[in-house]
Amino acid sequence: MTAPLVSIRGLKVAFANGAVRAVDGVDLDLARGEVVALIGESGSGKSVTLRSLLRLNPERRTQIEGAMSVDGRDVLAMGRRELAQYRGGVASMIFQEPLLALDPVYTLGQQIVESIRRHESVGAAEARARALALFERVRIPSPERRLDSYPHEMSGGMRQRAMIALALACRPKLLLADEPTTALDATVQIQILLLLRELQRDLGLSIIFVTHDIGAAVEVADRILVMYAGRIVEEGSARDLIRTPRHPYTIGLLKSRAHGALSKGSRLEAIPGSPPDLANLPPGCTFAPRCPLVIEACQAERPPPIPVGPGHRARCIRVNEAAAIAPTAEELLGV
Amino acid sequence: MLSYLARRFVYTVPILIGVSLVCFGLVHIAPGDPLVSVLPPDASADLQKVMLAIYGFDRPYAEQFAKWIWRALNGDLGSSIATGRPVTDEVIKAVGNTLRLAVVATFIGFLLGSLFGFVAGYFRDTFVDKLASALSVLGVSVPHYWLGMVLVIIFAAQLGWLPPTGAGPGGSSDWEWDWAHIRHMVLPAITMSVIPMGIVARTVRALVADILNQEFIVGLRAKGLTDVGVLLHVIKNAAPTALAVMGLQLGYLLGGSILIETVFSWPGTGNLLNAAIFQRDLPLLQGTILVLALFFVFLNLAVDVLQTALDPRIQRA
Repeated sequence: MTAPLVSIRGLKVAFANGAVRAVDGVDLDLARGEVVALIGESGSGKSVTLRSLLRLNPERRTQIEGAMSVDGRDVLAMGRRELAQYRGGVASMIFQEPLLALDPVYTLGQQIVESIRRHESVGAAEARARALALFERVRIPSPERRLDSYPHEMSGGMRQRAMIALALACRPKLLLADEPTTALDATVQIQILLLLRELQRDLGLSIIFVTHDIGAAVEVADRILVMYAGRIVEEGSARDLIRTPRHPYTIGLLKSRAHGALSKGSRLEAIPGSPPDLANLPPGCTFAPRCPLVIEACQAERPPPIPVGPGHRARCIRVNEAAAIAPTAEELLGV
Repeated sequence: MLSYLARRFVYTVPILIGVSLVCFGLVHIAPGDPLVSVLPPDASADLQKVMLAIYGFDRPYAEQFAKWIWRALNGDLGSSIATGRPVTDEVIKAVGNTLRLAVVATFIGFLLGSLFGFVAGYFRDTFVDKLASALSVLGVSVPHYWLGMVLVIIFAAQLGWLPPTGAGPGGSSDWEWDWAHIRHMVLPAITMSVIPMGIVARTVRALVADILNQEFIVGLRAKGLTDVGVLLHVIKNAAPTALAVMGLQLGYLLGGSILIETVFSWPGTGNLLNAAIFQRDLPLLQGTILVLALFFVFLNLAVDVLQTALDPRIQRA
């Protein structure tokens, strides 16, 4: 097996002079051409992990520890010049809300051309031609005209397509997608997911896909990593994770999904309580206060990753008991 | 864009009518008879009637207004009561002087203000920010006539580098762009630039700080832009608002420089207004205010158009 494209070891990210530990020891490997989904609630550290890969967290207020390498480069050791080349050139990002993430006073064409010319020495006309090709690639109707549109003149779905075109402008190897479908309508979400999947196959991209929507994760990802309070609590292939979840938090997430067939009067299961305060984490398992299977030993120390299958690990000392409360296939399908 | 321009232009018509109504009304709102300054206190009733007829004050208001407007449209604003010279000539000369001073002052103020504002906003909450912010607060709050006098004392009286008053050598009022004239402008222009500098600096600082907090700045960094590249985007985003503030400041300086023009005896509109008020020279007062108001209206129009050209989000349709 070749070396992974992305390798993260023991990543710790803290804000506010170390008081808030947003990411607390994350290990992640991403093979070339692989799609990994990072799922979790708001504040679980998934976006912070993603942004760390481009070193986008505010430098003055962030403390970062651990090792990250992308395509053989040490991300944390890069100088300014190298970092600027790496951003957009090797790894690029799609944001949740393209209306906010695109400069409002430049046309989309200008922004893509700017990106291309920043990384490659090509003329304006050639860059524009490439931008046009990208717009056709992401299937924006009347692309020639749309290149001269401003972000606010387009619909949400079209904007996200333009954002994807911008991210792919310099042929990166790694695409970081930060909740790319969260701000969109359900029907548009599917279109964007299918587009991402198609582009990934055609271009051999590796994607880290952050979402809180398990459905979207299953749609595009080969592997799913579940994050809770700054740690990865369970990881495995998309199939294993859905069929045989072994961490009570993953099980809770799966059960709390509303199915189309939720019959009137039946309860929608929710995970009780709320995510822990990142400035004041409990000593043991961070999920223990909300866990239906909690025992005294859970509060003693942080559980290590326990292998429960090939490539499938869960940070829970009660994986066997968890198997018993996992939703059945019928429950998952909402029958 | 062309239809937008035309529409904006049409919108100014009601404003202009309102402005001229107010100017005209001034004569009649002002306490006392409009002729009180020309007639001796013991003038006979007959003489008063004759004078009223000469100035047309015996006609109905509507007719007077129509006549005044018609003449004004033809470039005739009447004659000054004090000097007898045509108001139009006096005003145009004064406006020229004021405009030169105001434009130069606004330019200096805008340049320095933007610079301070940018530095302060970019390096927010650092020592540099505190220094730049302190300077801009000083600019807004220092009484400018006092600053003018201090500058005169230092640079004209003590050091003797620059002339203290006037707009040209030997009190001449014909302007030329040579050093003999420009050195007269240095002190008043610097004094005047302090006001827009402070206001522009504070606006730009807030703008830049706000823009830097927006998500698209992260987006720009994520695609590999360097600090300089990001800065260019910040400038283009801040420009429309900064320009609008500058336009308004220029407008204020055009009419609001009475104190500075008096301190430096600068023969501009401020000086002219001052004289007209004290001599109760109503045609001159009316004419000056009307011309200044017109300037203000068209300046705002120009700023609006410029803003629309710079910021695509402002509706043009």
